[in-house]
Amino acid sequence: MLQSKRLILAHFWLAFGSLALALPLGAWQMWARSPLHPWVGDPDLYYRSVTAHGTTLGYVFPTLVAMGFGYAITEVALQRPLIGLKWAWAGWLLIAVGAVTALTPVSMGLASVLYTFYPPMIGNPFYYIGVVLVVVGSWIWVGLMVVNVYAWKRAHPGAPVPLPMYVNVAGSLLWGWTAVGAALELLFQIVPASLGVMHTIDAGLARVFFSWTLHAIVYFWLIPTYIAYYTIVPRAIGGRLFSDSMARLSFALFLVVAMPIGVHHLFSDPQVGAGFKFVHSVFTALVAVPTLLTVFTITASVEIAARLRGGRGALGWLKALPWRNPMMLAVAFSFVMLGFGGAGGLINMSYQLNQSIHNTQWVTGHFHLIFAGAIVIMYFAIAYDLWPHLTGRSLADMGLIRAQLWTWFVGVTVLTFPWHWVGILGMPRRMAFYDYTDPAIAPQALSVDASVVGAVILLVSAALFIVVLIRGHLAPRTAEQEYRFSVAVHPPKTVPVALNGYGLWVGLMLLLTAINYGFPIAHLMSRQDTSVPVIHIGATR
Amino acid sequence: MNRWFTTAVAVTVLVAATSIIIGFAWLPFTQSDSPFRGVWDAICGAAGLIRNRPVTEVVGHPGYKNSSVIVSPGMLPASTADSIGRGATLAQQCTMCHGVRGLSNANTPNLAGQYAPALYKQLQDYKSGARTNAAMSPRVTNLGEQDMRDLVAYYSYLPRLPPYHPGTTGSAPKIVMNGAPMRNIPPCATCHGTVGYKLGTEWLEGESAVYLRTQLEAFASGERHNDISEQMRNVARGMTPAEMEEAAHYYASQP
Repeated sequence: MLQSKRLILAHFWLAFGSLALALPLGAWQMWARSPLHPWVGDPDLYYRSVTAHGTTLGYVFPTLVAMGFGYAITEVALQRPLIGLKWAWAGWLLIAVGAVTALTPVSMGLASVLYTFYPPMIGNPFYYIGVVLVVVGSWIWVGLMVVNVYAWKRAHPGAPVPLPMYVNVAGSLLWGWTAVGAALELLFQIVPASLGVMHTIDAGLARVFFSWTLHAIVYFWLIPTYIAYYTIVPRAIGGRLFSDSMARLSFALFLVVAMPIGVHHLFSDPQVGAGFKFVHSVFTALVAVPTLLTVFTITASVEIAARLRGGRGALGWLKALPWRNPMMLAVAFSFVMLGFGGAGGLINMSYQLNQSIHNTQWVTGHFHLIFAGAIVIMYFAIAYDLWPHLTGRSLADMGLIRAQLWTWFVGVTVLTFPWHWVGILGMPRRMAFYDYTDPAIAPQALSVDASVVGAVILLVSAALFIVVLIRGHLAPRTAEQEYRFSVAVHPPKTVPVALNGYGLWVGLMLLLTAINYGFPIAHLMSRQDTSVPVIHIGATR
Repeated sequence: MNRWFTTAVAVTVLVAATSIIIGFAWLPFTQSDSPFRGVWDAICGAAGLIRNRPVTEVVGHPGYKNSSVIVSPGMLPASTADSIGRGATLAQQCTMCHGVRGLSNANTPNLAGQYAPALYKQLQDYKSGARTNAAMSPRVTNLGEQDMRDLVAYYSYLPRLPPYHPGTTGSAPKIVMNGAPMRNIPPCATCHGTVGYKLGTEWLEGESAVYLRTQLEAFASGERHNDISEQMRNVARGMTPAEMEEAAHYYASQP
């Protein structure tokens, strides 16, 4: 029962429009620092581009996808119109205005600080204010998701919350709390410094606050992908979800263990003690639990689909899968990339192994494989699945869709595998210029060239994606069909209270945040000697 | 008590407690390079508390002066007309070397239009002895804090004029625009003008080539050591004599 179609389409189009703008910047960066092109000469141009690319694709694009998808889930799963439609539009507007506010100073070269802010570098205040507006807009969505699910629960006492809504709200709560870290950093440290109210900043404390947001934000990006695994894939390929409870438990565990782990980004930072680094490393490892639960449940669900289609044998059922179905292709590609990305992640989260790749191109390769690869390919699949219901017109270009998914998978692979490799060879990240004529790094040149090829393939693939969506709007109208989510093998009649609400899991999330972040933050705040002078970026002479 | 609640809380607390015991007690003791003086000391170390150095330990060479200036955006108030006027009077004693209006023909720095924080830091460093020079050091001894601020206000107020510097203005040399990443040398242009500006650095365009090269050599040899955190010494040590010459000539020939 999709009613707020314009709202959802507005979210998706703003998201995909921002992707179309920011993707060429990424490809340009890859090319500009490759040996295929003489150095552009101005490092600020490069960092400007990196800031715009990261801000758009880190804050604006995935947030809008999660929001649009969340509104769709609310109406379809709860079978009632969205409560707070005007608020939802206000949230959308805040994000649109925030994005423009943030990116204007970036494009003028006044805030080339990268999307992770990196104080004591300080850019133009409008950059940070724009980012705050984006976050506030997304918090409206968090509030609406909570209001809608509780209104539904009041109307249906004791009934299990439909799985898509249960997991969607879990994701929104994760984002609501994880964004607090960066919000504290912005409001109490960076914005006052950028406005000239403060001339020094505790960069170490700021990095701790940002790490609070920085890792869980990746799980927030991942949530729509995971929701699609559980609630769209089984239905789209003609199967059933293996276990409803397993799905709920996975998302509940994500709430608990996604948050208190960010210090693994600070393994080389001196301001956090080694004990806390170890504890964060342990909790990062625990993310394997919901991840492996998901891999098992989805593989089992896919096997159900295969056996329903006549698949036989221990592995022979793989042949019976609908490989020409875009959703089947997308989930397979996503799993392959998640597998390699996850394996790389094990290295990043290990306190000792991390030292070999810390601040190298390995890390950028890793998060592009996970985000641009495993996550974004499912965003495409979500759009393909929802589009006919949003436009009332069918997507007929199955061949084009398959080509798009294939090129995206190949593009990400060609982009990120050599990217990891040069990281292992020691190529540092966050540098604008590499002198490949130096024999010490000349062997990295070929791998960087390969990544450029991957980036170009991705550009082609993104263009195909936009073409498919636009052609979807131009196709003839078709009879409206009801959108529905996957059905579990055993649809739940009752679920444990713990898996029908969020109190327990949010409580544990807050408890672990206090244990894992409380002391480092309190300790740094209590010290008087940890601030350094700010360095304004883009200051005119 | 709900079974889910007790199980979830128990497992979470158990994992947290176990990892805390390992991270804060066991691991610090197994590391042979951490001479802990007891359990509490080990826990404090793992928590990130900084232990004070024994008072008897001497840091650095005795008598070796580092710059004591902290460069921050709020270090100097906006200059007033009074301050500029007083600075102009005080500057009478600087004209012999730095020119009547802050533009030098004596291979000393041009001061006209120079950034105030950069001028202020050099005056402070001459006074503290972090930077020494036979001509400058004696003249700064009697300058008070307000005198320095006035002088700085005056010179940063003067307009930059392109002085006469023979030489061609070709494309910027590699060391200026790219630095040398493999030797950990950032581009000169990202701090000293052309591409970017960082607080506390000098604007170098139009300075004397002889002066610039001499300073690079002084940084490389350690004779000059008033740069914060050895920023310039680390850069200059990695530069070849040819690169120093190129960079000095490039900046000298800029308008």
